[in-house]
Amino acid sequence: MCQVDEEYNGQLEHRVTPRVSKKCVKCKENTAVLIIRAGDAFCRGCFKEYFIHKFRAMLGKNRVIFPGEKVLLAVSGGPASSSMLSQVQEGLSRDAPKKLRFVPGIIYIDEGGASGQSMEERERAVAQLESVFRATNYHYHIVHLEQVLSLPSSVLEAGSSATEKPQTGSSYKAAVDQFIQTRKNQHPDLSVENAQSHPSSLSMQEVENGGTSPITPEQTQALQRLFASVRTLTAKEDLLHTLRQHLILHTARTQGYTKVMMGDSCSRLAIKLLSNISLGRGASLATDTGFSDPRYGDVVIVRPMRDYSSKEIAYYNRMFDIPSVFIPGLDTKAQDKASIQHLTESFVTKLQTDFPSTVSTIYRTSEKLNTACPPQNTHTQPSAKCLLCVCALDTKLEEFSAYQATLISEQLSQRRGPGPGFTPGTAAAPGLPPASSASQCCYSGGGQHQSCMTGEGGCCSSAKEPETVDLKSLLCYSCRLTIKDMTAEDALPQYILSEAERRKRRSQMREEISEFLLDEEEDEAILRVNGSL
Amino acid sequence: MAAPIAIHLEFGGGAELLFGSVKEHHVTLPNQSEPWDMKQLLVWIRGNMLKERPELFVQGDTVRPGILVLINDADWELMGELEYELQDKDNVVFISTLHGG
Repeated sequence: MCQVDEEYNGQLEHRVTPRVSKKCVKCKENTAVLIIRAGDAFCRGCFKEYFIHKFRAMLGKNRVIFPGEKVLLAVSGGPASSSMLSQVQEGLSRDAPKKLRFVPGIIYIDEGGASGQSMEERERAVAQLESVFRATNYHYHIVHLEQVLSLPSSVLEAGSSATEKPQTGSSYKAAVDQFIQTRKNQHPDLSVENAQSHPSSLSMQEVENGGTSPITPEQTQALQRLFASVRTLTAKEDLLHTLRQHLILHTARTQGYTKVMMGDSCSRLAIKLLSNISLGRGASLATDTGFSDPRYGDVVIVRPMRDYSSKEIAYYNRMFDIPSVFIPGLDTKAQDKASIQHLTESFVTKLQTDFPSTVSTIYRTSEKLNTACPPQNTHTQPSAKCLLCVCALDTKLEEFSAYQATLISEQLSQRRGPGPGFTPGTAAAPGLPPASSASQCCYSGGGQHQSCMTGEGGCCSSAKEPETVDLKSLLCYSCRLTIKDMTAEDALPQYILSEAERRKRRSQMREEISEFLLDEEEDEAILRVNGSL
Repeated sequence: MAAPIAIHLEFGGGAELLFGSVKEHHVTLPNQSEPWDMKQLLVWIRGNMLKERPELFVQGDTVRPGILVLINDADWELMGELEYELQDKDNVVFISTLHGG
């Protein structure tokens, strides 16, 4: 960047020179209508071909969706997800041999309750989207964010993946065969061809029970209370994202979908990558921004739009009349500095106008990311996942990590406040209370810690009052920060609180019987017994 | 001396919220000594049409980063961006690609 004047000046000036009536770089015949990357001008026809090819290539390259599989499309009404819906329609309607072969359904989460829309505005938005969805003939689910209040706590458990996913290269065929076999065993009457040829008849039956269920003003108020208890827009956006994921996951599980498609564009993912680093989610970047996200185990999130820039999507939607519905959100008309996510967005888009390869550079970086330790112990250690985002916990690190240093400095600065004595029970203090870190290192088994010695009291005292569940020890670093910005933790939906209590009890149980445990395997066996009781 | 020209303006992707939630506008640009270009159009929109928060639409002398501009359904980068000379009955579209409009 500091070399702009020396090296890039010529290119920058070149970029803004008018190039009226330039020819398409592909067919070299028709007049170009848009520039995709620096210098690549496309005509209308070639752009359409390029756009459609890219979607199918993305799915073909990654090979994670099996023929006949039920795939839930998460559509927000925005340009990217609406475009994704149109691409799925395009791919399924084609008569070509390379036609896509899965059974799509649509989910829309109505978040108007959190962003303060009136009931009329929300109904209008839902009606607009329903007319779009109805035209596709897929079955669709309209879910209100208020329904998050009545979710079961099982949502927060990571399911075990049905197939052990040997999904790359030559083994894809084997995986498909296995998938079809298990499907036939589960629904003997429903072969792949059947599901393929009658998607419309399926949709008509299920629309009724998948459609809008009425919500009460009380639920809306409870939701508004929850969001009002969050102090910053950054934390609000993060919480909204978490709750939305839970609702989508729950719907996918109850309706039998095994894949969820999200419409994140590469511009969006570049912004997400940078803002997630700023939010302290560095440890889960790979799952948060990669093509497929296996964190939930039984339901895999895929992001097939990640090769398109938001410009390409906007042009495609405009040129080929793809309907999208604009719904104002939490950050509509917000200041640039209103939240970390919003600030990152304006940073990236501003940089992008002067340096057109900004987004693709960030995005290519995200492609290369991998999780350090693959989630192989998904079902054996439920406590090792964050309660909210269901990512692997990044807070159980060794003694000399940056995270421990942050904790220690927080503890030191807190000690000055309440009094000279270091009491592990001062959980009411803002920030990460000492009790949380202490009890956490207790059940992670790192027994030689100094804070662990004092932490024994923390564990026992919280056992006496199970009403106040200390959430923080169950969360990853970033979710802790979000919860820290809440004035009242008990405003959180019941399913989160009760699951937290359950996990806490389980870890206490494990703590109490730890003397009698011989090794890891036995340990798991006892836990399983506890779980079934 | 350029005659007054009538153009069609369209706002989308949330940009319409700054124009009283009206997506399509037919406007007539008044007489002026030199021909109208995009730069002047943006100044004119800012002075005559924007209902609120101009910084969310115009920044400096160009549009806010993240807002796409199409002139007669083509990328304005192909048409000379701010230097493009507007003709009578031109169609100019502004689409916001930003989150939340």
